[in-house]
Amino acid sequence: MGEYSGGKAAPGRSDRGGEPAVDAVAHLQDPVYLEGLRTQMQRFAVMQLGDRGLAEDAVQEALLGALKSVRSFNGRAALKTWMFAILKNKIADLLRARGRQVEVQSLLRTDEEHRDLDELFNDRGHWRRDERPAHWADPESAIHDRHFWQVFEACLDRLPGQQARLFMMREFIELETPEICAAADVTVSNLNVTLHRARMRLRECLENNWFQAGEAVEEA
Amino acid sequence: MRNCREITQLVSEAQERELGLSERMGLRMHLAMCRACRNFSQQMETLRKICRSYARRDVDGRDDESLEND
Repeated sequence: MGEYSGGKAAPGRSDRGGEPAVDAVAHLQDPVYLEGLRTQMQRFAVMQLGDRGLAEDAVQEALLGALKSVRSFNGRAALKTWMFAILKNKIADLLRARGRQVEVQSLLRTDEEHRDLDELFNDRGHWRRDERPAHWADPESAIHDRHFWQVFEACLDRLPGQQARLFMMREFIELETPEICAAADVTVSNLNVTLHRARMRLRECLENNWFQAGEAVEEA
Repeated sequence: MRNCREITQLVSEAQERELGLSERMGLRMHLAMCRACRNFSQQMETLRKICRSYARRDVDGRDDESLEND
């Protein structure tokens, strides 16, 4: 309880029943923490908006908004996720407002982006033996394991830019198909193909690095 | 008959739109026969739940508390 009343909280510690506001203020006074957070938010915003200047504005607004309502925070984790929630809303507003005016010139379409699914399927379109999806045991417990979220974020990072961007618009900001197509200036079929590939990559990455990785250890 | 590659595309699209009757029939028949695609289909549901949880952490943060501090 009173352990945070002296001001700065011990890093990585927080207490649900403690002094959340003081805790949050302490985090916001930690320049290293703040800089790390800003970098993450910036990366997320650039990926979504495809425009560095706009992204900086959105991040700035989100940080200011968060500072204003700092008393409602509940520990470091909540602070971070709350900031992302504000940022997400700002990005969603911007994307909706801009509609088709969003420029996509900044989106890099690398060869990797267009890597085909040939590695996964044979000529007849059947799964190659080594690539067949396995049964994922106990995804529920993964959600409650912070190591899982590290793997998840690492897998997200590995998605090519356009795939990551459209996937995040769909799954994190929860835009519908017409909104995404308008905001990102892609056709419906283009979106469908891109989301399919993103999901294929993501599921493969999660399977190899989490759901199967555990089994391999157990078998060893 | 749709092959696995096409089925995975269909399963993915089902997350964005309601499938037509023939699509649903084709999907159901394929999944009944193909364990890999059945796993894939379940994984897509799981993936969405994972993403929703990831987003919910943003709004709620409570779940995240224990995640960050255990």
